Amino acid sequence: MFKIVEARYLSKDVKLFRIHAPRVAKKQKPGQFVILRVNDHGERIPITIAASDAQEETITIVAQGIGKTTKLLNTLETGDSIADVVGPLGKPTDVEKFGTVVVIGGGVGTAIAYPTANALHDAGNRVISIIGARTKDLVIFEDELRAISDPLIVTTDDGSYGVKAVVTVPLQELIDSPNRPDYVLAIGPIPMMRAVAETTRAAGIKTVVSLNAIMVDGTGMCGGCRVAVGGKSQFACVDGPEFDAHQVDFALLAQRGAMYRDKERVALTRFEEEHACKLLEAAKA
Amino acid sequence: MSSSNNPLPPKERLQIVRQSMPEQDPLKRAHNFEEVNLGFTDELALQEATRCLGCGKPRCVQGCPVGVKIAEFVDLIVAKDYLGAAAKIREDNVLPAVTGRVCPQEEQCEGSCLLAHRAGSSSLGIGYLERFVADYERTTGQIGLPACAPSSGKKVAIAGSGPAGLSCAGDLVQRGHDVTVFEALHEIGGVLVYGIPEFRLPKDIVRQEVDNMRKLGVKFETNVVIGKTVTVDELFEEEGFDAVFIATGAGLPKFMGIPGENLCAVYSANEFLTRVNLMKAYRFPEYDEPVFDCAGKNVGVIGGGNTAMDAVRTSLRLGAKNAYLIYRRTEKDMPARIEELHHAKQEGVQIMDLWDPVEYIGDEKGWVRAAKLRKMQQGEPDESGRSRPVPIPGSETEVALDMVVVAVGNTSNPLVQQTTPGLDTDTRGRIVADHEHLRTSKKGVFAGGDIVSGAATVILAMGAGRTAAASIHDYLTTGEW
Ligand SMILES: Cc1cc2nc3c(=O)[nH]c(=O)nc-3n(C[C@H](O)[C@H](O)[C@H](O)COP(=O)(O)OP(=O)(O)OC[C@H]3O[C@@H](n4cnc5c(N)ncnc54)[C@H](O)[C@@H]3O)c2cc1C
Ligand SMILES: Cc1cc2nc3c(=O)[nH]c(=O)nc-3n(C[C@H](O)[C@H](O)[C@H](O)COP(=O)(O)OP(=O)(O)OC[C@H]3O[C@@H](n4cnc5c(N)ncnc54)[C@H](O)[C@@H]3O)c2cc1C
Ligand code: SF4
Ligand code: SF4
Ligand code: FES
Repeated sequence: MFKIVEARYLSKDVKLFRIHAPRVAKKQKPGQFVILRVNDHGERIPITIAASDAQEETITIVAQGIGKTTKLLNTLETGDSIADVVGPLGKPTDVEKFGTVVVIGGGVGTAIAYPTANALHDAGNRVISIIGARTKDLVIFEDELRAISDPLIVTTDDGSYGVKAVVTVPLQELIDSPNRPDYVLAIGPIPMMRAVAETTRAAGIKTVVSLNAIMVDGTGMCGGCRVAVGGKSQFACVDGPEFDAHQVDFALLAQRGAMYRDKERVALTRFEEEHACKLLEAAKA
Repeated sequence: MSSSNNPLPPKERLQIVRQSMPEQDPLKRAHNFEEVNLGFTDELALQEATRCLGCGKPRCVQGCPVGVKIAEFVDLIVAKDYLGAAAKIREDNVLPAVTGRVCPQEEQCEGSCLLAHRAGSSSLGIGYLERFVADYERTTGQIGLPACAPSSGKKVAIAGSGPAGLSCAGDLVQRGHDVTVFEALHEIGGVLVYGIPEFRLPKDIVRQEVDNMRKLGVKFETNVVIGKTVTVDELFEEEGFDAVFIATGAGLPKFMGIPGENLCAVYSANEFLTRVNLMKAYRFPEYDEPVFDCAGKNVGVIGGGNTAMDAVRTSLRLGAKNAYLIYRRTEKDMPARIEELHHAKQEGVQIMDLWDPVEYIGDEKGWVRAAKLRKMQQGEPDESGRSRPVPIPGSETEVALDMVVVAVGNTSNPLVQQTTPGLDTDTRGRIVADHEHLRTSKKGVFAGGDIVSGAATVILAMGAGRTAAASIHDYLTTGEW
């Protein structure tokens, strides 16, 4: 069992957890993830390690409640435990001195991108960050990213905060400016990553994306996380999760990501019903 | 050996026919995950045991990779000393309830049995008897835990908790060493828990064996991927281990590299079986893990080994309307255990032998809807001695399939090899270890089981674990490499 030493909401559906996981904390590098199982009836899901502290033996993860498992996870509080946490998995990001780098985080992708942005900053790059969110309340990790960014740009779909635009608008402006980026890292929803890839392809700028393929074991054993990169099958958990954005078959990624949509809906409905009952019981008691 | 307990003269023993295994009705069991074979009753076991001729130089023992003292344990069954029989097996085989169920006996002990080579007779049911005494011991809660030697003060790390890792751990702890088994997954047992289905090997059996090892003092740490969470060098340098045994198996699925293999509902057998067995997707939504709902659908499984057989029978249990086993050679060339093939056919699996997929065809949403297959014919014998399958030109045909499971083999997982400097591997990525001692090119590091041999069998992996334990013990006590 892995004890949660801190749990707090960052936005409505996004929760941060600090978890006691000494072995993972010691080895984690930016770009790596864990696979966790909330309880012994649970599924195994991958979550990026947003930070780690080897001294305190903790890792920090940030989860967006979108389906049964992440919503269940987000019901946990400080002092609760998670049944299984294994990692760090995946290849660490290539951190080099590229020059000017643009780090783009969409939604919960902002938290996923943070450790890499930090490492790129420490490696002597000028980091320009773009956070994209639907609306103001969903902007997360702004302070953390601001501390290492020059500048930090926020875009919202509804204009409630920062610039009213999608992330590719400021990205294109940067490409056309004297601050032309040498390297772009984009992590977020598939359509966002695809749009970034198209924007930088034309400009010939090296771009890396982190692929959220469906995973089970995370060690190369099942092949369920297959993605196509440069026309070749790769296992996202061991060959990635970061890949050259210009080589990724995003359509396939989206198709495979939708594979369990019906089952996910069943699980979520069931969970929400049960959960509503529990809340009701708690209220009665 | 002169058999002391058998009252019948050999001539009369030859009159008794081989006892058959009681099984669940095929049509019923094809829809549940309960065990197919129900096990011998005392009477059946006695009848069967009485058939053994108690050969002086038992050929059966030579057929068993770990040399179980078959004639002796069978004779103890005749004397109704079931616990004694189980203890006799345990001298050479620490997981008899497992091997009694999954060993390819027809190629091993039973294949070598004298009775198998006598006209009008058939081999002794050694596997069934092994299972019988192991189950007796288990269900009556009388597993005799061996005594452990006093502590040696030496620490051994084992990577991987499949049969190789478990048997090595069991032997080493008895010799007084401090043993920790590290497992990447959240459950102990390797293929025994994530691959082989419940209907062939109930998971409780594995769990109980693991509990016994815990009682002996073996420590288990799940959720540790050697090479990622901690490296082999760190185990030595930072955690004070004196030796490491690598038993990480052959867990990397092969795909054929044909068009359409990444379509939705095309699985590797590992993924399909892991979702269903380890993650219990067959009990969705009670358990959260999903798997493609193949109820009422057409399922094609590619391959002819145990893994393919397990996958195709699993799909039937999940309600598949048609479950096809598509194999490029002939049915008799299939590497699967004969009993499994026989069971699969009884349950309604449709064998399509001499067919090979060349492409999977998807619908507009990216789900597989058909496979393009081509007919094969038997060519010249190849290095395996079986005739090489040769495609027949112009024989391509389309078969409607809603789900495909690719079960064409596994290769070794490279995580340990990539992160352990000085550890030699062969061209296929397997760890190189000398046959006799299972020593690798790196001092203090031993390796065995599927990671060395390539995908093989439970009993060979277990044998390797025991060999490794013996040489690790030598190394720890003499310091000689
Ligand atoms: C390498 C990697 C790192 C990730 N890091 C984070 C992170 O830091 N924070 C975060 O909130 N999310 C992260 N994700 C996504 C997260 O794993 C999914 O949101 C989660 O699995 C959804 O599960 P669910 O039951 O809540 O939702 P569901 O309703 O089951 O699924 C919603 C969607 O999530 C995806 N998904 C479902 N099951 C899995 C699975 N086993 N593995 C991967 N994806 C799945 C599917 O596309 C699905 O349509 C990451 C994914 C990957 C591959
Ligand atoms: C579906 C299926 C059916 C089979 N049926 C039969 C049968 O009927 N009869 C028979 O004799 N054989 C059968 N086999 C073959 C048999 O199961 C294997 O030969 C045997 O399990 C090999 O044992 P092992 O200990 O070498 O490895 P495995 O059983 O593969 O165990 C290896 C373990 O190591 C873990 N691991 C891997 N990498 C790491 C790492 N880096 N760090 C930590 N842990 C790690 C894995 O998670 C796994 O638990 C079958 C195999 C399959 C897949
Ligand atoms: S271990 Fe396997 S081969 Fe050996 S006697 Fe038992 S069933 Fe036969
Ligand atoms: S070869 Fe057959 S008959 Fe002879 S001892 Fe072995 S099991 Fe008995
Ligand atoms: S998650 Fe199983 S191989 Fe990648």
